[in-house]
Formats: sequence, structure tokens, C-alpha cells
Amino acid sequence: MNAATRVAYGEALVELSQTNPDVVVLDADLGEATNTNKFHKACPERYFDMGISEADMMATAAGFAAAGKIPFASTFAVFAAGRAFDQVRNSIAYPNLGVKIGATHAGISVGPDGGSHQAIEDIALMRALPNMTVICPSDDVEARAATFAAVDIDGPVYLRFSRYATKTFHNDDYTFKVGKGEILREGADVALIACGLMVNEALAAAEELAGFGVSARVVNMPTIKPLDNDLVLDCARTCGKIVTCEEATIIGGLGSAVCELTARMCPVPVARLGVNDVFGKSGDVPGLFEEYGLTAAHIVKKVNSLLS
Amino acid sequence: MAQDLAAVAKQIRIDIIEETAAAGSGHPGGSLSCTDILTVLYFDKMNIDPANPRWADRDRFVLSKGHAAPALYATLAERGYFPREDLKTLRDIDSHLQGHPNMNDTPGVDMSTGSLGQGLSAANGMALAGRLDGKDYWVYCVLGDGELQEGQVWEAAMSAAHYKLDNLIAFVDHNGLQIDGPNDAVMTVNPIDEKFAAFGWHVQVIDGSDLEAISAAIDAAKAETGRPSVIVCETVKGKGVSFMENQVGWHGKAPDAAQAEQALAELAAE
Repeated sequence: MNAATRVAYGEALVELSQTNPDVVVLDADLGEATNTNKFHKACPERYFDMGISEADMMATAAGFAAAGKIPFASTFAVFAAGRAFDQVRNSIAYPNLGVKIGATHAGISVGPDGGSHQAIEDIALMRALPNMTVICPSDDVEARAATFAAVDIDGPVYLRFSRYATKTFHNDDYTFKVGKGEILREGADVALIACGLMVNEALAAAEELAGFGVSARVVNMPTIKPLDNDLVLDCARTCGKIVTCEEATIIGGLGSAVCELTARMCPVPVARLGVNDVFGKSGDVPGLFEEYGLTAAHIVKKVNSLLS
Repeated sequence: MAQDLAAVAKQIRIDIIEETAAAGSGHPGGSLSCTDILTVLYFDKMNIDPANPRWADRDRFVLSKGHAAPALYATLAERGYFPREDLKTLRDIDSHLQGHPNMNDTPGVDMSTGSLGQGLSAANGMALAGRLDGKDYWVYCVLGDGELQEGQVWEAAMSAAHYKLDNLIAFVDHNGLQIDGPNDAVMTVNPIDEKFAAFGWHVQVIDGSDLEAISAAIDAAKAETGRPSVIVCETVKGKGVSFMENQVGWHGKAPDAAQAEQALAELAAE
């Protein structure tokens, strides 16, 4: 409850250790941070620390998958998608091997570690890979569900988790569907399509907008690839204006995916809220979100300028 | 057996020339240099079944130096994984024989490779999986010498020793050359044997064109326990074709019709 999605991921792996004998877990000396250490304790014979060698880890995971296992490979998002990009591309995505990349510490919300560790480009990088499913859970309930769902996806999966704790808003009876978004709040003036930590911000923004008589639909879009095209187009047709919200660069991620679709099928104004093509920096998360324009107030401002 | 293997190796070399000539592109030099290793593995040592390329208990092979695909394809074809006549379709748009090995397209290919430095890691993963499953299959991996410049190779070397992968046997096709020149002129890789030894491996250095020596080295490697084994094979790039032997230029250039004819004549006369 109200846990960081990386924590829910670690706990989900422990559940998998009991239900699925083919699951193995790899990490790159970050088990305590990524929470894969929980699986390590529960099931040490199926846990493989590869040391600070992310490229080796990803290709080793590929070898496990080729030999019939279901490997979860974890490290920080910046290293998973960035440092080991060629390995993810050539050893995992190109041969379509079912490696599940549990990438934690994504986005600005990494906080004090600073810009070198705050992955803003990982969604864009992973989205550009054929065969890759890209999922960004919004709370711990969804993170757990997405981890289980990844096992059943045929092929590689990129799971984006956060270091920072999130307010839980899904009930325990929530059914997560890969490739499907969910309407959390109905509205007709604008659609806020958000993922990850930004979903809570979007919900708060919608509440504030209602006070000004603006009815905002809030959509949680956890799967960025494949995008829920039907829902996005419904947002375009129903609301006529869209603001996308992601804790990532506005280049190449959720916002771009939405623009690519609407431009082709139903051109409407789309404003992308996210990191504006700059690197992160050290700081406290609330302060950083304020500085990088990732708060409910910023979403409200974006909506107002879109509507004016 | 030795006489048979020599005949197979010769046929694989003929196939390599025919493949690359038909394709008009490809990597004959480094394919010819590792032919003897592949011959011994696929025709003498490996526990495999061409009729069941995905047999769960099979020995695995990873061609980490994926550009030597013509050698692998020729070996697989001669071993019965797919028809020999497919070989002349190498790199064609409709062919299952991709420029670099594709495990989803070609029967008998255990891992897709092409981007250097990644195959040993994948081989490690297979070896670990085999051990986890309580199976006794062997995992073999062939690396290039220039490939050892990729840092990931050493990450994988570290891992293999750490995890005591004694069901893994790697080979280095040490032909001394890469694209921009001899290895040590581009970026020093020697001494290869000392490097692997320092990483905790069992090391042998042999004549990589000697089928008997390759066979004996594999047996010696199999007898090792508690650590992975590497067999550094002193080879000749372009082996078998006089104008290709030890020539940097034949790394990634296909022979034209006249050159192919000469090469095939030489190989036939062996």
C-alpha cells in the first residue's frame, strides 16, 4: 500500500518464485535498490548477480531465455535501456527472446543521485525497438500485476519502475490488461493521458480543473507500446484536446506515441508535459518535480494554455 | 575418423567460397579460419540431432564472431540441418540464411549474433540454465581475436569463472588479423592465453588448423572441473585459399567469379 513500484516489483518476484519454476532473476549489484534481493533471499539458486556488468547481464539473460527460462533482468533504468542498449537490441529484441527487463529508478524521481542516474530517455529508446513491450505501472498494485503479466507476454518486455513511493489508487480487484489504458475519471473538455508517477498528478490536476469548470478526462496509459490506440483516438474524438504526462523526456515517449497516432488518424492539439529535453539534477523529489514542470499545477497550466 | 573430418572440413571450405561468391558479400577470411574448429565440434564432439534442432538436451553452440556465419551455415548444412542448396542463397532477400546468424530463421542456430562481444554472455546463460535444470549438455562458443577488444567479453569471462562454468568451452579463433590490420597494430590483444588464465580459466593454446589437436584439446577441456575452459586456436585467416591466407583484405570481401574459380580449384586439389 502506497509503496514505490520497485518494492511491489520485488515482492511480485518472490510470489513468482513460488509459482513459476522457470523464472530466474539477474541483477547487476543493485539488488537492494531494485528489490530483487527479496527473490535472492527466497530463492538463491535461481538468482544470479552478474556484478556491475549490465551488458553481460542482458546477454546472459538472453542465453537463459534461449534455454527455456523466464529471466527477469534488473538494474537502474538508465543502465538497462542505455548502457546495455545494444545488448537489449541485438541479443534480446532482435531474436525476440522473452527477457523481462525490470528497470527501476526511472525518471527524475531518482532524486539525490542526480542527472547521471535519472533516466529520461529510456521510454523512447525501448519504444523504438521492434518486439519490445513497454510498460510503465502507475502504482504498486499495477506494478505487481504488470510483473505477472510480463511472464505471459511472448517476447521481451521493458518494465519501468520508480524509486519514489506512489499513492496507491488501484483496488485489489484491478485487472491489468497489457496494451489497454483505463479511464480513471470522465471528462469532455480535455483528456489527460498519463503514465507512471504522473497519473496521480493528473488526477490532482483534474480535481483542480473541475473547480474552474473544466472537465478533464484522466487516462492511465500503462502500456506505451503497444499503445491503446482505440482509447487514445476516443480521447481525441471525445475531448478534442490532449495533454500527455510522463516523467520522461517529451521526445520519443508517451507523448510522441500519442502524437504519432492522432496526427495520422484524428489530428487534435496535443500538448506534451514531461522533461523538456534537459538532463536531471540532484534534489528532493517534490522540489525537482516543481523545477522540471512535473506537478499537477503544471498540468493545469498546460491545459489552460491549450484551451485558451 | 581423422580422414573423414579432413574431407568434411575441405567441403565446408568449398561451401564457404561458393556461398560468399554467390552472395557477392560476406566474410570468407574469418570463416575459413574457424572451419576446422566447427568441423570437429559438429562432426565429432557435439551431442546434437539435426532432425531436432531444438532438442532440450542438446549441446549448444554460439558463434560469437557472428560474421563467420558462412562457416556455420556450411557446417549445419553438411551436418543435415537444412538442404545444401540453400547455401547459395546466403544474404538473399528471401533466404533464411541471414548475413549474421538468426536463431529464428535458420535451423541449428542456437543464438542470434552479429554484434561482437555478446555471444560468450549468452553461452554463459545457457550453461547456467543447463546446470539449473540438472542437464549435462555442453555449451561451446567461438570468439574472434579482434572481438576480444570488446569489454563485454571480459565481463563474461569474469562471470564464467565466478560461476564455475565447467560445462562451457570457448575457442578463440586467433588468426591475428582484423579489419584495420593485424590485432596488435590496431589494439593489442596479446597475450590472450595469459589474460584468460588471469580471469580464472583453464587455458590451452593449440594449432587451430590441426583437427587432431582440436579434438584432443576439447577432451582435455571436458576433463576440467570447477572452471570454464578456453582453447586459443592459432589459425590462419583465409585458410585453404592461397591468395586469401593471412591477408587483411579478405575479412569482409567476397571473391568474384574468377577468384572463386581459382579458390575452388585449389581446395579441390587439396
